[in-house]
Amino acid sequence: MGRLVLRRLAALLATLLAASVIVFLVLSVLPGDPAALILGTSARPDTLAALRHQMGLDRPVWVRYLAWIWGLARGDFGVSTTYDVPVVELIRQRVMVSLPLAAMGIVLSTAIAIPAGVAAAARRGRAVDAALMGVAQLGVALPNFWLGILLILAFSVALPWFPASGFAGWDHGIWPGVHSLLLPALALALPQAAILARVTRSAVLETLGADYVRTALAKGLRGWVVLWRHAVRNALIPVVTIIGLQFSFLMAGTVIIENVFTLPGLGRLIFQAIAQRDLIVVQDLVVLLAGSVIVVNFLVDLAYFALDPRLQAPGQ
Amino acid sequence: MRRGNLLLGGALTAALVGMALVSLVWTPYSPTGMDFLHRLARPSMAHPMGTDPFGRDVLSMIMAVARSSLAVALIAVAVGAGIGVPLGGVAAMSGGWVDGLVMRGADLAFAFPALLTAVMITALAGPGAANAMLAIGIFNIPVFARVTRGAAMQAGEMDYVIAARAVGRGEIAIMLRHVLPNIFGVLLVQITIQFALAIVADAGLSYVGLGTQPPFPSWGRMLNDAQTFVYRAPLLAVFPGVAITLAVLGLNLLGDGLRDMLDPRLTGRR
Repeated sequence: MGRLVLRRLAALLATLLAASVIVFLVLSVLPGDPAALILGTSARPDTLAALRHQMGLDRPVWVRYLAWIWGLARGDFGVSTTYDVPVVELIRQRVMVSLPLAAMGIVLSTAIAIPAGVAAAARRGRAVDAALMGVAQLGVALPNFWLGILLILAFSVALPWFPASGFAGWDHGIWPGVHSLLLPALALALPQAAILARVTRSAVLETLGADYVRTALAKGLRGWVVLWRHAVRNALIPVVTIIGLQFSFLMAGTVIIENVFTLPGLGRLIFQAIAQRDLIVVQDLVVLLAGSVIVVNFLVDLAYFALDPRLQAPGQ
Repeated sequence: MRRGNLLLGGALTAALVGMALVSLVWTPYSPTGMDFLHRLARPSMAHPMGTDPFGRDVLSMIMAVARSSLAVALIAVAVGAGIGVPLGGVAAMSGGWVDGLVMRGADLAFAFPALLTAVMITALAGPGAANAMLAIGIFNIPVFARVTRGAAMQAGEMDYVIAARAVGRGEIAIMLRHVLPNIFGVLLVQITIQFALAIVADAGLSYVGLGTQPPFPSWGRMLNDAQTFVYRAPLLAVFPGVAITLAVLGLNLLGDGLRDMLDPRLTGRR
């Protein structure tokens, strides 16, 4: 088990490095001259040379890559060319919006999907099942950013319960912040929950047909004990896999939803950086977001071992 | 119930394709033609879905976008399947380090959802409709590679493949003649799913300004414009969303129906 985790850890580092090389190649090497891209075609040669020197572009490519990646490892993300502040400062403020939003999205989606999926599986073929799965089929087709606009129409325009945009911040306690993130998180969570509920349903249906469930029922355990302790617990592996796979969609969704609700998170920052040709900010953010997907999938891999003792057997 | 999925999905998809085809020769108004005397008009006989903040006819725009959106999805899926299916097939056929390399590559590509790739391309080359096609297409490659590899490995253990190998057929011939036709159903289902995802992704990218650029309309752009006027013209934010949802719903139902038809063992599990 320990060796397997070590091997996975090595693979994780290799994947992270490969991702950083791709991002670096696309955003630092392919543009040819990032300084010219930033200053535009009308730049004077001496300004260009000065910016090149300031950005360290007069050094060989591999030195620039190593300097960047070594900086990332130490928490030094470089300096934003438009704001003229360390990128780490820009990210630190915005992560306090994006991370809670993504976390609320995952929690809401899981909290809705698992009970719904289990309920549908337990009442397979009845009205509850048909209704839940019909709603799920529709939910899968709903784009999260349109759902966000619909939620604004319903709960900001028609009923003025929530703000249509903006973020209250965390300075006045937790509630104002959570309150302004609730609609965006719901818009993120519902389409994901629809997919997750369908997966949960089919996974539970599969375990409900297993021999150990029949045994548990035969020895006289109550139906709901068998359902939750035997069927649902064994159905968790495919469910966790999907939660892991959904993270990449959740991350992309967070970036878009922040724009729907004009929340000052990483997603807004990335589009401001594109508009202002602040390439170092784009490069840092893309590698950070891609890295977060890689790390989450690594954690999901580890979660399998916790969930399925069979995988811990020696020789695996 | 099973036939229902296939029929409803087929009907919705046919309606989408039909709308796109009609828009090639006819739309009620020009989808880019502005009419400042009739801005933000409510739905009426003249404009069944009203007009947008520039006085463009919403129905005409939705019809035109059905066409461009299908084109983006078609190219994105073609890129993904065109590269991903051969990669997955080669991985399944060769095994060993080739397989490992392709699969690690797929893991890596999964870390770059279409949005991140589109962000990079846009930062590099400026915004445009081609970015969306390319970004979604690149994300589709690992999806098709994985599905093809899984299905081809399963088919590779079948008796007819072992028999073909025993009579001395080459691996490439086995792949093309025996494996590929047998996993076609799985790939077809995946194609409809990726098609639906591509339509959502394209709408999302154009919503944040990374896809189709004005003056040509896109469902995402229409929703973005409509958001400015949610108090004056809330319906503007409804029609494009309904169009996306129905298009995606139709393709998903079609995919479910095809899966049930092609693989009866899976019936009821989804």
